[in-house]
Amino acid sequence: MRQISYADAGMEALIEEMGRDATTFHLSTDAPPPLVERFGESRVRGTPIAEGALTGMAIGAAGSGFRPIIDWRMVTFSFVAMDQVVNQASKIHYMFGGQARFPILYRCTVGGGVRMAAQHSQSPYSMFMNLAGLKMILPSTPRDTKGLLKSAIRDDNPVISFESTRLLTLVGEVPEEEYTIPLGVAEVKREGSDVTIIALAWLVHEALAAAEILEAEGISAEVIDPRTLVPMDTDTLRASVRKTGRLIIADEAGPTCSAAAEISALVTEDPATFRALKASVRRVCALQVPIPYSPTLEDHVFPDRNKIAAAAREVMAES
Amino acid sequence: MDISPERQREMLRLMQTIRRFEERASADYVAGDIYGTVHCYIGEEAVAVGVCSALEQEDQIISTHRGHGHCIAKGADIDRMMAELYGRETGYCKGKGGSMHIADFSIGMLGANGIVAGGISIITGAGLAAQLEGKGRVAVSFFGDGASGAGPFHESLNIAAAWKLPMIYVCENNLWAVNTPASSSLSVPDVATRAAGYGIPGMVVDGNDIFAVHRATREAAARARAGEGPSLIECKTYRYRRHTERPTQVDIRPAEEIDAWLQKDPIERLVRHLKSQQGQLTDEEWERMDREILERVNLAVDYARASAFPDPSRATDDVFAA
Ligand SMILES: Cc1ncc(C[n+]2csc(CCOP(=O)(O)OP(=O)(O)O)c2C)c(N)n1
Ligand SMILES: [Mg+2]
Repeated sequence: MRQISYADAGMEALIEEMGRDATTFHLSTDAPPPLVERFGESRVRGTPIAEGALTGMAIGAAGSGFRPIIDWRMVTFSFVAMDQVVNQASKIHYMFGGQARFPILYRCTVGGGVRMAAQHSQSPYSMFMNLAGLKMILPSTPRDTKGLLKSAIRDDNPVISFESTRLLTLVGEVPEEEYTIPLGVAEVKREGSDVTIIALAWLVHEALAAAEILEAEGISAEVIDPRTLVPMDTDTLRASVRKTGRLIIADEAGPTCSAAAEISALVTEDPATFRALKASVRRVCALQVPIPYSPTLEDHVFPDRNKIAAAAREVMAES
Repeated sequence: MDISPERQREMLRLMQTIRRFEERASADYVAGDIYGTVHCYIGEEAVAVGVCSALEQEDQIISTHRGHGHCIAKGADIDRMMAELYGRETGYCKGKGGSMHIADFSIGMLGANGIVAGGISIITGAGLAAQLEGKGRVAVSFFGDGASGAGPFHESLNIAAAWKLPMIYVCENNLWAVNTPASSSLSVPDVATRAAGYGIPGMVVDGNDIFAVHRATREAAARARAGEGPSLIECKTYRYRRHTERPTQVDIRPAEEIDAWLQKDPIERLVRHLKSQQGQLTDEEWERMDREILERVNLAVDYARASAFPDPSRATDDVFAA
């Protein structure tokens, strides 16, 4: 199968969906040339640096029959638009009694590892998960990026796509024929019987590498990628933990009130899954600090395959 | 203009220090010794130096993602700046910030900032503090043409004008925000026009003419210190380099436009002026000054290289004040 990058897969999804649906349009502070070429400067606009206004304008245009795509670029810049996200986009369908639909895609990159320091190295998806009314995708492969983005654009709700900075250049198989990946369906990336590792975005790849290390030590790890944060495919996650009896959650966000914390709660509050547990649940996350610039500090702060493998050995030792 | 020849030569030295510092920072970034990203101010030096030379030591400034020039103009130590770029423990931010986040509160430099327009309200708060304190301090916000379309600019100007805060808002209009031309994102040709909407003076100055920038800042500072409130100074200038020093950084600016601005170089202009004034700067003096600056920058690099990387355990320091 042909191989393309994570970033190109995302662009392909936009090109296909904008070609399919004339009500889509794209706003970002730097208009992507491949979209401008195909769809023109009316539908693909480079904007002033005013993310708050763009985020709000998407809501108004969506409520008026359009399907806006807003690229915040980095999640960093979404924060100047938080009022529109929190007070408006997440609540408007519900608050007005479901009168109108607000099909919006907000795109942004997340994560660190590129020495960009605290403001430009953030993974704050759980801040958004805390709001009711927003769907969220967090792809880990080029194939998932394209398939999930296509579903996100077709969804009738505001959807945020968190795309990992570390994975933008990752190359992988992407089918040439039309496909979508539904929101809310996790993927078992590797089957195993001793410990379940639920990993997000870049950490999916680190978890798979950790599983290799562990296999050499006789530990069989199952690796699962939720792919969508809202809705969360809780059934798949629980089923795996009922099989293995051990759970590790790996993410590059800090642990406090995180997606990892939510996954831990969702999995363990189910009585049957709880009874199947043989060891304590572990979160392998970043340290709870703003991300520092210097390589010695940044590398220390983030989780990686070795930290995941170490956690797996610990839970194996518990029982 | 009543700036002594020594003062003018000092202004020249600062401008050239910014340029040489950044040329080196760019080279060392491309070589992999400096990480993340580096935004160069080269071409715009007359703005930072023209403004800061018209301020008092106690006055405060805030910067942008393109912050090295503002730091140096306000008197920052280039050893600690270079060490910060190198990610070393002796850097201004102990290696936590890097190029986009250098601050030196001891000299009234309240920080570079990775968020466009992110500093404007912060420095307006410093202006409020100056007003509350009543000692005649002023606060200066540097920001780009791109930032002038963002909410914090408008909200801050309105408050500062309504409360007569001792503020100077300095827009560095380098005609572009990454690859977006100011002509396409501004609703008016001159950012300074917007001052009228807030009832404050708005001036357009040639940002490559250090004396024009200095003069406008002096006027604005006098006004602010007299309790008459804020001013907006728009400096028309140009960045010589791409938005960042990243080798893959796309630059769509027309070559003719870049060439035309290279002809208006702010440093050459001051050198020409000084040389034209009898006995103020000879060719040899200028060459010597440049050599000294290059040596000084080399020393800063030596200092950075001789400094240790922070111990990983330091990552959890300073999350909270002790
Ligand atoms: C709120 C926000 N949006 C987007 C960015 C990305 N960004 C960094 S610099 C920049 C352009 C800024 O242009 P301008 O204010 O004119 O400053 P210049 O780079 O020209 O000095 C952009 C869009 C950002 N840092 N912050
Ligand atoms: Mg600009």
